[in-house]
Amino acid sequence: MLDKNGIAKRIAREVKDGMYVNLGIGIPTLVANYIPEGINVELQSENGILGMGPFPFEGEEDADLINAGKQTVTLLHGSSIFDSAMSFGMIRAQKVDLTILGAMEVSENGDIANWKIPGKMVKGMGGAMDLVASAKNIIVAMQQVNKAGESKLLSKCSLPLTGVHCIKKVVTELGVYDILPHGGFKLLERAPGISIEQIKNATAGRLIIEGDIKEMLL
Amino acid sequence: MGIVWYIISLPKTKKNLIFVALLFCMINKVVKSADEAIKDIKDNMTLMLGGFGLCGIPENCIAALVKKGVKGLTCISNNAGVDDFGLGLLLQTKQIKKMISSYVGENAEFERQMLSGELEVDLIPQGTLATRCMAAGYGMPVVFTPAGVGTEIAQGKEVRKFKFNGTEKDYLMEHAFDSDFAIVKAWKGDAAGNLIYRSTARNFNPMMAMAGKITIAEVEHLVPVGELNPDHIHTPGIYVHRIFQGEKYEKRIEQRTVRKK
Repeated sequence: MLDKNGIAKRIAREVKDGMYVNLGIGIPTLVANYIPEGINVELQSENGILGMGPFPFEGEEDADLINAGKQTVTLLHGSSIFDSAMSFGMIRAQKVDLTILGAMEVSENGDIANWKIPGKMVKGMGGAMDLVASAKNIIVAMQQVNKAGESKLLSKCSLPLTGVHCIKKVVTELGVYDILPHGGFKLLERAPGISIEQIKNATAGRLIIEGDIKEMLL
Repeated sequence: MGIVWYIISLPKTKKNLIFVALLFCMINKVVKSADEAIKDIKDNMTLMLGGFGLCGIPENCIAALVKKGVKGLTCISNNAGVDDFGLGLLLQTKQIKKMISSYVGENAEFERQMLSGELEVDLIPQGTLATRCMAAGYGMPVVFTPAGVGTEIAQGKEVRKFKFNGTEKDYLMEHAFDSDFAIVKAWKGDAAGNLIYRSTARNFNPMMAMAGKITIAEVEHLVPVGELNPDHIHTPGIYVHRIFQGEKYEKRIEQRTVRKK
């Protein structure tokens, strides 16, 4: 079973040279640590950065320079800064090649819920609704099973939706799935040491398994 | 033309006085303090406040609003500050009636007021928030965005199908914001109201500056007219009505993340 870093490491393999990539908060942020050498990407932060760099060295933090998670960051050579309207303009116009974000639930028809638990957690959607509505290529990074042991890959989301029919790929601690255009989680890879049986038990939505499913390379 | 001939016919000393007066009317937007800048903000008004998290927020004007004690405010701002800083200060004093934001985590008092029903909250997508400000500043009553289609935020909104980039999909009609005042924070500004922002403290400030019926800008450095390079100006002075140099900027960091040398 993969830990958070393992999920991030597997997703990093989806990142291709020359891409503009938006990383959400949580596991997606970790993906930046595993982008292979020789692959050059520009990270977009929706508060207004292209070419975001790592955290600053101690003592070099700048209150005016933060990422979408409000963490202090740095700028790489060749970076640019812009306002929020332009930032979401480039997202809406599909200039950003790849979006990686977390989720509380994903359904077999590609719906995603990740912003609200009625009566419990109401923090807001931030930029998530804009991202999922416009991005052409979204990967969801998530734990497949919640703390109560229930699957988060469902036939239908139970929480308020963030977007509909927008997710095409999910990477979890157990496996990698494509969401097919006509619905269903198609299992592509198993996490190291995970059996098909374990994956079946952890998937509440329609699971499609065709042929021999290989273990993922990390 | 009569007035022109009248001015020309005046003695030189009076003429100079009129020229100085004209110059002041046209370009001097400087007020001396935050208190003066916000003096006509009244109860139940709608304000836009720039900033993302605690980055690029108008600290001086927020403090002045707390001091003035205006109540029943509707605040349009991406976030609601933290418990003891930013808009959190206006929440503590219960001066805010309604928040229009995209993300309001990290604020326990906010959550308490929202769940108890004391505070009205309208959560909207971040890009929609930015674009509704932009639409106001660009003179467009509505914009169409796909954000939120098929979700609860689409309830009661007009949905239209458009073909764009070769794909046909649904878009929500969203209205330009209508606010009494916009309050923004910039790095540098001049008496004509031209503004330059610094780094990611830019965020929502430029489009909110454009969107206010009256726009107040507080800046870290107020410089003489002519000192800013016109090519570097982010917000042209035409959008700004009042400007002052703020003091004692705390610029608090919400998430201090560092690596070791």
